[in-house]
Amino acid sequence: MTLMSYRQALHDALRSEMLRDENVLLMGEEIGVFEGSYKITAGLLAEFGEKRVRDTPIAEEGFTGAAIGAAMLGLRPVVEIMTINFSLLALDQIVNHAAKIYGMFGGQAKVPMVIRTPGGGGQQLGATHSQNIELYYAFVPGLKVVAPSTPADAKALLIASIRDDDPVLFLENLALYNTKGEVPNHDTPAVIGKAAVTREGHHLSLIGYSRMAHVAKKVADQLADSDGLDIEVIDLRSLRPLDRETVVESVKKTHAAVIVEDDWLTYGIGAEVAASISDGAFDYLDAPVRRVAMAEVPMPYSKSLESAALPSENDVIQAIYQTLEAIGHRRTKAGPHD
Amino acid sequence: MSDVKRNTRKSPTRTTAAAKADAAKRAERLLDFYREMLFIRRFEERAARGYTQALIGGYCHLNLGEEASVVGLISALRPTDYLFTNYREHGYAIARGIDPRRIMAELYGRVDGVSKGWGGSMHMFDLTHRLLGGYGIVGGQVPLATGAALAIDYRGGGDVVMCTMGDGTTNIGAFHESLNIAGLWNLPIVYVIVNNRLGMGTTVEKSSAEPELYKRGAAYRIESARVDGLDPLAVAEAAAHAIEVARAGRPYLLEVVSERLRGHSVVDPAKYRTAEEVASLKDHDPVHALAARLVAEGVSDDVTLAILDQEIMANIEEISAFAEASAFPDVDTLFDYTYATPVPNDSRRLPGQPLFATGAER
Ligand SMILES: Cc1ncc(C[n+]2csc(CCOP(=O)(O)OP(=O)(O)O)c2C)c(N)n1
Ligand SMILES: [Mg+2]
Repeated sequence: MTLMSYRQALHDALRSEMLRDENVLLMGEEIGVFEGSYKITAGLLAEFGEKRVRDTPIAEEGFTGAAIGAAMLGLRPVVEIMTINFSLLALDQIVNHAAKIYGMFGGQAKVPMVIRTPGGGGQQLGATHSQNIELYYAFVPGLKVVAPSTPADAKALLIASIRDDDPVLFLENLALYNTKGEVPNHDTPAVIGKAAVTREGHHLSLIGYSRMAHVAKKVADQLADSDGLDIEVIDLRSLRPLDRETVVESVKKTHAAVIVEDDWLTYGIGAEVAASISDGAFDYLDAPVRRVAMAEVPMPYSKSLESAALPSENDVIQAIYQTLEAIGHRRTKAGPHD
Repeated sequence: MSDVKRNTRKSPTRTTAAAKADAAKRAERLLDFYREMLFIRRFEERAARGYTQALIGGYCHLNLGEEASVVGLISALRPTDYLFTNYREHGYAIARGIDPRRIMAELYGRVDGVSKGWGGSMHMFDLTHRLLGGYGIVGGQVPLATGAALAIDYRGGGDVVMCTMGDGTTNIGAFHESLNIAGLWNLPIVYVIVNNRLGMGTTVEKSSAEPELYKRGAAYRIESARVDGLDPLAVAEAAAHAIEVARAGRPYLLEVVSERLRGHSVVDPAKYRTAEEVASLKDHDPVHALAARLVAEGVSDDVTLAILDQEIMANIEEISAFAEASAFPDVDTLFDYTYATPVPNDSRRLPGQPLFATGAER
């Protein structure tokens, strides 16, 4: 184990996969000479050269599509799209091509490629640069969408994504790049499609992914210390496939759920998780499933407005208490439950 | 073509003999082209009929009028070269040597189809013959083909990629982004614009500010040329040059001026075409033109060509019988091709099934 940042973990995963497999190459805007907008690829051009670390023109559709085509011939391109906002310019290639090629041709061509891209708000980047639109991709069969919240998962899931034979959208987060955690020194890939219970508990299930899984864990630890609450935290890690089983099993145990997400509430990832809980654990619920999500506005620039729009630790704590209070009411009426 | 040049340098007697041999070779080549073009013509006509018989569903775009372009282009490729094309691709699949029974079976949506019934008319794929897809999204194949050329270059191989598209496709961003990338990275790719003068019903003049489409290569320092797409030999020659350039490591843009004899797709009556235009179409029919040429040049005669046609028609009937006899894909295979690498929690739920089996029981 080594203590390192999420950024370093991503860098190390890229580097070790490039050393392991000649077919792995990196493509994206400003990833070489400029060393990446968020410096994930720092030093890799110097080490691997222009053939394997390709600065592309500003042409998201063109270079993402080219990566897909290269993958069809067996290369394993890892594309960096500067932020997920710009992935919209490559939407056709990702949704109509990467996600379709394997099925549409009856399984004759695989697309082993990764699109790394950060979401995130809170950097005062305004409406066009602060979105969390991973849902657009999580909606599409044929794509895999992973969203690690810890440095260890960042490394293990990136390795898994590169070795996977399907197109993977790998969601990073601007606010996570500098967070630190223990990371195994070995290169064992994670299993895509599995959520992780990052804290066991029995009072309530707190469910999130990416930055909000990080926030959830922090809040749960804090409430354990301050109020003796025992909250179970689930990091979804994979948005497609979605590990409904782990979520539902947790809710069957805790009887209550709060879902926290950085995307917009209406039709968001949390809506799908809530619906899954309704399908799989309806009889076990003691309170309505709550969602804490971003305010439904184009993200404003000014700090006061931006902070108000983004879900905070306090918002999460409030939702937890309101949910527990609802259970408390029912408890006094119907007697002890758990 | 290079044979011709070499032979001109030989002694006079050998020149006459060689010229004769060349003429014979050329005649044979023209006949081969004709056979293939007529086959595509009859195949497409049968597909149109299959569509009206409801044996074929979805969209169905035909190569009628483009036969000379198709066979000329494909003749210049090596079997190991790659082809990416659009939704108007039955002829390309045939010319690449894919079993036409499997092409028809794909149209019929059957298991023996080239894409196992998953693709249909617009999405034919066959790795063995290096047809890397017909694509239904206008321009979608262009970045992909560019990436395939990148993969070839990355591995230092000698193959090239040919990427065909329509005239309308040159107005889409993906076209420009791709040519720029290929120009920058010296990729071994030939972009081919099959200019049939129409998008669906919109003319080139109405949709392209530079209607001489091959000139668009200049913006990316890509060598380009325009060729008569009704003459298979001219197309083959131009394609051979383009491929030579690509094999040497530079992209190329070839515009093939062709013709669309019918509607955009089978169901389009093409009412937007003027009466004169429609009347002129019979003078722009590459199959008829080549037949006339073969007869005029004494390469063949009407009777021989009529017999050839009958043989092809009989063959096409067998092909559609094969397609019709082929089974529909088993519903059990519905979830077989979502992911190449199996993944836990992949949903395999039919529309009416509950997410959690226990939920239904309670
Ligand atoms: C992105 C996209 N926009 C629109 C369409 C609908 N469409 C299908 S074919 C076509 C015309 C294309 O014209 P051209 O590139 O000249 O090819 P042609 O059909 O003439 O071979 C259009 C608009 C589509 N399939 N994809
Ligand atoms: Mg056209």
